Amino acid sequence: MKKTMIGMLVAGALSGAALAQTTPIKIGFVGELSGPQAPLGQDQYDALMLLIEQNGGKLGGVTVQVIKEDSQLKPDVANQVVDKLLEKDKVQIITGVTFSNIMMAVHKKITDKGVFLIGSNAGPSPIAGAQCSPYFFSTSWQNDMQAEVVGKFASDKGYKNVMAMAPNYQAGKDFVAGFKRTYKGGTVIDEIFTPLNQQDFSAELAQVAAKKPDALYIFYPGGLGVNFVKQFQQAGLNKSITVMSASSIDGTTIPALREAALGMLTGSFWGPDFPNEANQKFVAAFEKKYNRIPSQYAAQSYDAAQLLDSAIRKVKGNLADKKAFHAALKAADIKSIRGNFKFNSNQFPMQDMFVFDVAKDSKGRVSLRTVAKPLVNHTDAYASQCQMKSL
Amino acid sequence: MTYQLALSQLLNGLQLGVLLFLLAAGLTLVFGIMSFVNLAHGSLYMLGAYFGAAAFAKTESFTLAILAASLGAGAVGLLLDRFALTKLYTRDHLDQVLATFGLILFFNELIRIIWGPGSIFMQVPDALSQTVDIAGFVYPSYRFAIIGVGLLVALGLYLLIQKTRIGMLIRAGATHPHMVSSLGVNIKWLNTLVFALGAALAGLAGVMSGPIVSVQPGMGEPVLILTLVVIIIGGLGSIRGAFFAALIVGVVDTLGRAFMPTLMRSIFERNTADAAGPALASMLIYLLMALVLALKPQGLFPASAGATR
Repeated sequence: MKKTMIGMLVAGALSGAALAQTTPIKIGFVGELSGPQAPLGQDQYDALMLLIEQNGGKLGGVTVQVIKEDSQLKPDVANQVVDKLLEKDKVQIITGVTFSNIMMAVHKKITDKGVFLIGSNAGPSPIAGAQCSPYFFSTSWQNDMQAEVVGKFASDKGYKNVMAMAPNYQAGKDFVAGFKRTYKGGTVIDEIFTPLNQQDFSAELAQVAAKKPDALYIFYPGGLGVNFVKQFQQAGLNKSITVMSASSIDGTTIPALREAALGMLTGSFWGPDFPNEANQKFVAAFEKKYNRIPSQYAAQSYDAAQLLDSAIRKVKGNLADKKAFHAALKAADIKSIRGNFKFNSNQFPMQDMFVFDVAKDSKGRVSLRTVAKPLVNHTDAYASQCQMKSL
Repeated sequence: MTYQLALSQLLNGLQLGVLLFLLAAGLTLVFGIMSFVNLAHGSLYMLGAYFGAAAFAKTESFTLAILAASLGAGAVGLLLDRFALTKLYTRDHLDQVLATFGLILFFNELIRIIWGPGSIFMQVPDALSQTVDIAGFVYPSYRFAIIGVGLLVALGLYLLIQKTRIGMLIRAGATHPHMVSSLGVNIKWLNTLVFALGAALAGLAGVMSGPIVSVQPGMGEPVLILTLVVIIIGGLGSIRGAFFAALIVGVVDTLGRAFMPTLMRSIFERNTADAAGPALASMLIYLLMALVLALKPQGLFPASAGATR
């Protein structure tokens, strides 16, 4: 950590001597960097650092110093590290934040201080609605979006009987509700909620096999999704039942699933196979540096880095003018690697949502392949509850 | 409800049961014989899964993966016993709990450093990747294999404990350690042997679970809790108790999860049932444990009915 900081400072001093800005802009990164969910936070961090490194240690032409903190998926720890970033390090921007419960714990504290928070993953509904803040921007999605696109896809496909499965906690309920909001023309014949710590789904899979739905909608993030998909495939159900997932089969779990997940569907806003030039460059650079296919978490964070890059450049590194910096962020003058990208009134993205299937890519690796774009310029359902204050 | 569904749920329960037995056998022996509370037993299960997955990725032989997992976990158990835990055997249970909880954190972090924080891939061996179809009844062959392996191990343990000289010493050591020691048997090595055997069985359970559940740091903790329930219901120190309790817990847990929500729906209205069903199903084995503790505090099959302890 120290080494990279000194390296950046030296790089900044050598190449940026002409700039008026002598002290680097301090950016705090908060994410899950240990424990089972660490691959998500790691991808967010790696993509952020990728763009900074590509720009020679700078964003928007100004040297930046990134201070990395692990929130350990514990709201109390997140509170402590955010206090440290705000009071001791005096950062001007915080980015990252992996889980919704962490976001809920730190969102108000950061935005009340007038520090800009660029969320690159979690998008819980309260901060998209009633608790929205001008200091918060999301470069990912509002949580429900990833479920809504799958619901729309299931309606488009004409699936008549669908079953839904999710862990028995708030996000599980939200993801099933999001699916049902856009699923029309058929019935959800059963919903199964399993305890959050349950690892083996044999009993539930036997129920699914007996009910023979056209398709099964699942929300099992992280390791749970790995368990579920493997067991589903071993039970021989993948021949007869289509699996549609949200936030379960993604770039962080596919390496542990490989062929077991072939043919399964997932809803998201971005895939590594997007043909636009910015994306192709990003994917190639990420693979070269980190030797793995970037996940959507990396993509979200790369766009957050691009957003900061563009906004800092627009205000010429002068973050003291918060009004101007806010306007520069809101303009989102970037070539997003997802294609369409604009901020809605609640400063969450307005974007196209896609469905992918798991397939082999051109190099024979198991990855995600775009199959449909069910929702165009999609916005979340909570923006109308947001009364955005002006700065 | 069809008979196929009932049958496959019963088999699911049996499969969970034998897996729990592999874990419980070692834990209950260690507790029964050395009176040692080993919370790090789940870590040995995790190590087994990682050793097995690594060996499988290298050699593509599931037999070698099983060997690597059980021998590897057994070896770690041996080293743990000789170098880390010996001093703890004479301390009280609270010290043991604290120390072995520390070991859990240590092993989780070690695994994270070596294999990374994400889950690693382990596939079902090709020969067992299909389903078995018996007159219209379909069941994954790998889960059949788990049941088979578990029952074989149970038989082997029975023969070892009941029919061999070592087994006799283990049984004697469980009830009268000082007497066995004064008869010239090296009780320390006997303890080490038991500990390593338990560790090897945990490693075997780990590698057998590898293709089913996600192999990741911390995978041992949820299963450790179930295992503790099993040995409490079965009676501390009793292999026989562990076997029957594991099957009971496996079947009760599975049938509860499978049929409790449906049952609740036939009693209450949909919303109430959907909230209460899964909650009650996951409580079921703990209710069972409480019931057993109330009626038979020593467990269903106490190890040393005649011993004074």
